[in-house]
Amino acid sequence: MAAMMLLSTRKLSRHFGGLRAVENVDFDLPEGQIRALIGPNGAGKTTFVSMLCGRIPVSSGDITFAGENVTRLPAHKRIQRGMAYTFQITSVFSDLTVQENVALAVQSRLERGAVLAGEVAKALAKVGLQDRADQIAGDLAYGHQRLLEIAMGLGQSPRLLILDEPTQGLSDGEVNDFIALIKDVAKDTTILLIEHNIDVVMALADKITVMNFGEVIAEGTPQEIHENATVQTAYLGG
Amino acid sequence: MLHLGLIAALVLLQFILPAYHHGNLARIMVLSVFAMGYNIMFGYAGLLSLGHAMFFTAGMYGMGLSVRLWDIPVGPAFVIGIFAAAALSLVVGLLALRTIGVAFMIVTLMFSQAVFLTILYFNPITRGDEGFVIAQQVRQIAGLDLSNPTTRYFAALILFAICLLAVLWLVRSRAGRVLIAIRENEERARLLGYDTWAHKLAAVVMSGTMAGAAGAAYGVLFGSVGASFAEVPFSILPLLYVLLGGPGTVIGPFVGTLFMFYLRDLSSSLTDAHMLVAGVVLILLTLFARRGIMGIVRERWLKWLP
Amino acid sequence: MEFGPHLILAVLEGLVQASVLTLTALGLSLVFGVMRVVNVAHGEFFMLGAVFAYWVASWMGGPAAIGFVAALIIAPVLAGLLAVACDWLILRRLDYDPERTIVATIGMLYVIQQVTLMTYGPDAHPVTPPFNHRLAIPWFEFTENGFEFYYPWGLSTTSYKLFVIFAAMVARMGIWLLMAKSKLGLILRATQLDGETAQAFGIPVERVYAFVFGLGAALAAVGAVLIVPIQQAHYLMGHDPLLLSFIVVIIGGLGSLRGTVVAAILIGMSNGVISVFFTPTLAKILATLLVAFVLVYRPQGLFGAKPA
Repeated sequence: MAAMMLLSTRKLSRHFGGLRAVENVDFDLPEGQIRALIGPNGAGKTTFVSMLCGRIPVSSGDITFAGENVTRLPAHKRIQRGMAYTFQITSVFSDLTVQENVALAVQSRLERGAVLAGEVAKALAKVGLQDRADQIAGDLAYGHQRLLEIAMGLGQSPRLLILDEPTQGLSDGEVNDFIALIKDVAKDTTILLIEHNIDVVMALADKITVMNFGEVIAEGTPQEIHENATVQTAYLGG
Repeated sequence: MLHLGLIAALVLLQFILPAYHHGNLARIMVLSVFAMGYNIMFGYAGLLSLGHAMFFTAGMYGMGLSVRLWDIPVGPAFVIGIFAAAALSLVVGLLALRTIGVAFMIVTLMFSQAVFLTILYFNPITRGDEGFVIAQQVRQIAGLDLSNPTTRYFAALILFAICLLAVLWLVRSRAGRVLIAIRENEERARLLGYDTWAHKLAAVVMSGTMAGAAGAAYGVLFGSVGASFAEVPFSILPLLYVLLGGPGTVIGPFVGTLFMFYLRDLSSSLTDAHMLVAGVVLILLTLFARRGIMGIVRERWLKWLP
Repeated sequence: MEFGPHLILAVLEGLVQASVLTLTALGLSLVFGVMRVVNVAHGEFFMLGAVFAYWVASWMGGPAAIGFVAALIIAPVLAGLLAVACDWLILRRLDYDPERTIVATIGMLYVIQQVTLMTYGPDAHPVTPPFNHRLAIPWFEFTENGFEFYYPWGLSTTSYKLFVIFAAMVARMGIWLLMAKSKLGLILRATQLDGETAQAFGIPVERVYAFVFGLGAALAAVGAVLIVPIQQAHYLMGHDPLLLSFIVVIIGGLGSLRGTVVAAILIGMSNGVISVFFTPTLAKILATLLVAFVLVYRPQGLFGAKPA
């Protein structure tokens, strides 16, 4: 093995009643990589990452994070071990200020008594929200709420940052800023990105995993995926 | 600061108020401790309990029965009352927090009803509906007669001030911010790495303990202990006080208790159906003023209000 | 004293209680099932049914039967209309948010109860039953002449109580027909499954909700009119039916009509039996704790299926 595996799953499955949302997924993510997870709607991408961070329980299979089996750990313990997850549907604390939102993300990993303000400001500056620190989060424009969501992910200083469709609803300019931001963050964070915008995927991903009907159907470099016939069929509905 | 100012104003009022309002205010302060406890759960952690009377009575009977059955002096008995409420709220929290939303409300309502019925059931010990009186000669701490209006006023004020500052400290602490996060979006808080269940349990215990302190103090200061304090309307009152004063504000519970107390006082000259006023106010608040008095003040004028 | 005749008597008394309870609990269950609203004021609509029945009956005068029949029609309609008004003026404006509606119905509880106290007064009043023949309970024994019926001394029920059991059965059938067979029932079930989708299919969800809230209250009122010739009308009489209905609805499984009926009959029947073994207070303590623990450990109710 060249790099250490930060995250691995073996035979990970999730069934809802008779529906097999995720089926026997073996997945390995080495430390330091930007991995994109793509696939048609309903392919099981969100279900898969929700199991990774503990939002929903697994039906069967195992998850290993940083060498530890975390399959049975509750969500908050996995987060404390260095995962972060940003929601697909924006879910900032809308009655709190921008600053308080990020402070909540920062303080969960800091010791008692440590100074929050510097870390909070740093995370806000990275996404360019430093001027809006005192606004109520619910009053922000949609694009800014998405940025806040990412700032909360950054504030946690995670080892693994899971982003669920972060560019949905952003303007082209904002998407370009986002790409630059993630490139910067990736210097010291492993990133798992669910993304529909194929330009973003091509610009960022070191490697791509493709899911369809709850299974991994292909994995490879952007170039390989681009040329893969199975992937083409899945997307074109062949 | 505003809160120290309020405490100072209450100290001054003791010297200027006529006897009638003076007595009322002592009662209001004790009841607003009850409401402040309720506010920790409802206003900050977003947990709507319909059974807070059980914690109030746990404190009251913990204190009262210690005095009545074992002749314990009221000082230690007061502490026993607080511990009784803390223990009850821990047990109720452990069970009730397995449910959420409407089920949580009904579970707390049912547990509270069970406590009320238990008090009635052990009638020979608790004197059930009639209740019992803590005799005036035992209502003393360190030689101070707590049935004397002035000492009573200051005793109520000390308890009120301690609880007010405790809530203020809690709200400004990191744990307080987590409670608000849980109220706003529990799943998000969990996925920021917080053990939301432990935080909610802590909120229930703090809330129940404060309600119990109010109950024990009520018994000590006003001398009566009775099952009527365990009935459903007494669980609705703190909800009403907090909704009126402003859920999630530190002085809201006091403001709500004060307004409601005098509203009831005024209306009693018109009708003796005093719960009618409570009902009307509840409906109007849910319809038109969800944030309560201090919530509106915060929204319009004082954004910094904790 | 023989055991057999007493058992029959206990079963009959239990059936009367259970009959009224099924109607009241069905109302609560229907409102929760379709609207997801916990109506804490439900017991007050029950009480209003009884009070309206007294007013109608005493205003009509004349033979008891006419007054009673008028009450049986007018009182539930009035209670239902009042509930519709409450829904339209209050609950609808809260967007049926579960927490806010529960607080609002608590407010409604006190307003209704206290207004009744101010108008109707603190005293209890009876309504004369339309007929009330004393019916002795028959029993049999084996004598040298073989199998013989006889009437044990002092054990009797009344024709009216039998009528209550029968009438409640008719009302239950009516509800079942409404829900299972009519177009309106289809609309109700669609709204129950998914309000938003129902709205998208052109169902006037707001009006359906108002109707259901009124129907729930009217059902409670029917139960009250049936019972008021046996128990008197009093402004605080809504408390026990509310508690019992809660117990029934929760044990039967929230929102499940069939579970509600089964649980109501079981609890109404066993209510009498339990109070033989325990004091009423202890029985109530056990019942409230049972409800709490069912909600904590088996939220789908004792008779509901475990969700997948």
